[in-house]
Amino acid sequence: MEFNLRGRTALVAGAIYGIGEAPGMSSLDLAARASVDALAQVGLSPADVDGLFVCTPDDMLSGLTFAEYLGIHPRFTDNNRSGGSAFEIHAHTAAMALATGQVDVALIAYGSNQRSGTGKLVQSSRPSPWESPYKPMNPVSSYALAAARHMHQYGTTRAHLAEVAVAARKWAQLNPDAFVRTPLSIDDVLGARLVSDPLSVRDCCLVTDGAAAIVMVRAERARDLTDKPVYLLGAGSATSHREIASMPDLTVTAAVESGRRAYEMAGVGAGDIDVAMLYDAFTINTILFLEDLGFCPKGEGGRFVSDGAIAPGGSLAVNTNGGGLSCVHPGMYGLFLMEEAMRQLTGRGGDRQVPGARLAVAHGNGGVLSSQATVILGTEETL
Amino acid sequence: MESVCPEVDYQKFLAEGRLMIQRSRSSGRHVFYPRVAEPVTGARDLEWVEACGRGTVYSTTVVRQKAPVPSYNVALIDLDEGVRMISCVEGIEPDAVRIGMPVQARIVYRDDAALLVFEPA
Repeated sequence: MEFNLRGRTALVAGAIYGIGEAPGMSSLDLAARASVDALAQVGLSPADVDGLFVCTPDDMLSGLTFAEYLGIHPRFTDNNRSGGSAFEIHAHTAAMALATGQVDVALIAYGSNQRSGTGKLVQSSRPSPWESPYKPMNPVSSYALAAARHMHQYGTTRAHLAEVAVAARKWAQLNPDAFVRTPLSIDDVLGARLVSDPLSVRDCCLVTDGAAAIVMVRAERARDLTDKPVYLLGAGSATSHREIASMPDLTVTAAVESGRRAYEMAGVGAGDIDVAMLYDAFTINTILFLEDLGFCPKGEGGRFVSDGAIAPGGSLAVNTNGGGLSCVHPGMYGLFLMEEAMRQLTGRGGDRQVPGARLAVAHGNGGVLSSQATVILGTEETL
Repeated sequence: MESVCPEVDYQKFLAEGRLMIQRSRSSGRHVFYPRVAEPVTGARDLEWVEACGRGTVYSTTVVRQKAPVPSYNVALIDLDEGVRMISCVEGIEPDAVRIGMPVQARIVYRDDAALLVFEPA
C-alpha cells in the first residue's frame, strides 16, 4: 500500500540557541531553550507537544529526561540513535505520526555543550574491538580513508576539498550567528596541520556548543499557525554500515538511496533544488553528497565545487549558514540543516538569503558515512 | 551446531599464530569480522578457515602525531578471500603506503595481545 506523505505535514517554527559557546549550560538546558523559543514563535507551549523527538549526546534516556524537564507528556517518543542524521529521520517519523493522527504537535529538539563541557567531541558509542587496536583517530580517520579513495579513483585533489571549506567560510561570513567568520583561503586549508591524511584541521568540522528545535504539525493546521509554513515534500533514509571497514564502496554513500526515495516522494529532482544543506562534518562529505544526491555525476564532485561554485554567488547555494565547517557543529548537526533550510524558504536568510528559494534539500549523515537521511522541503507554491 | 564465540575464538587463533576467518558452508562466502551468522542470509553454518594472508590496500591514511611521537598508518585491506578489514601497514613509512599496494599479513604481539598487521608483499 502507498501512503503519500508529500505535503501532508509542515515545519511551522524553528529556532537555534547557544551557537558557538554557551558556558555553564547543560545540553539539556540548551535543547530546552531552543524548544521553547521555537514553540513561542507559533504561540504554543510545551504542554501542546504530544510527539517528542530528541537525542541529546550525553544521555541515553534523553527522551525521558527532556520530557520531564519541559513538562511534556508525550503520546509518542522517539530517541533515535542513528548519529547526526537522526533529525532528518525524526522529521520523517514525525511526518508519519502526524499524518496518521498519532500525534498533533511534534517537537524535534537537540542541544549539546560539548565545547564548553568537555572541549572535545563526545564519544558516546561503544569502542570497537576491531578498530581500537589500530588507533584510528575517529571519526576523522574514517572520513580520511573515504577521501583518499575518492582521490585515488577520481582524481579529486586536496585543493578540491579546500574549495568546500572556503565556500563554507564565505557563507559563514554572511551569517552573524556563525561561530567562525575569519577569512580563509585555499592556501590556508592546504597549509593547515594534517590530522589524518589527506584531511587537515581545516577539512574538519568545528567543535561547538549549540541547540536547535523545530515544530511540525499537519498541513491544515500549519496555515493557522504561520503565514509561511515549510512543507515536508519528501523524506527517505538508508543505512549501509557502522564502521568504515564495512562500507561497501568508500566513494558511494547510501545517500544515493535516501535521496532517490525523498525525490520520488517529493516529485522533484536535483535540478529543481534552490538550497542544498548537506551535512559537512568533513570536506569530503559535501563532495560525496553532491554526487550521490544527483547534483553532479559520480566522481565529478571535486571539479563541481571548483572556482567558488558552491560559495555565495556560485552556481548552487550549498550550506548557506556556513555549515558544520564554519557555523556550528555540536556533536550532531542534522537539525541545524533543516533549521537553515526553513530560514531560506521563509525568506529570513538576511545577507545570505537565496533569492526566491522555494525548494531545499536537508541531507543528514550519521556515523562514518553510515546512516544517510534526506528531507525535501518546499514553500506553499511547491505543493 | 558447534558453539561459536566469534571474537574470543578469533583472538585465540591469532594468539596461536593463525589468521582464521569465517566461511559459510552453504554460500561459500567469507565473513569478517567474525559473527554468529552470515550477514544477509542469516545462515548459521559459519566455519573457521585459515586465510592466506595476502591482500591489497583499499585505502590508507596517516594519523598525525605531535613530534616526537611518530605518526602511524591506518589502512583498509582487502584480503584475497574477499573480505575487508581495518589494520595498518608497517615496515614502510606511513605516508608511503599506496592504494592498490600488495601486502602480506603478519601476526605481532603487543601489549600482551596478538595483533594482525600487514607489510608490503
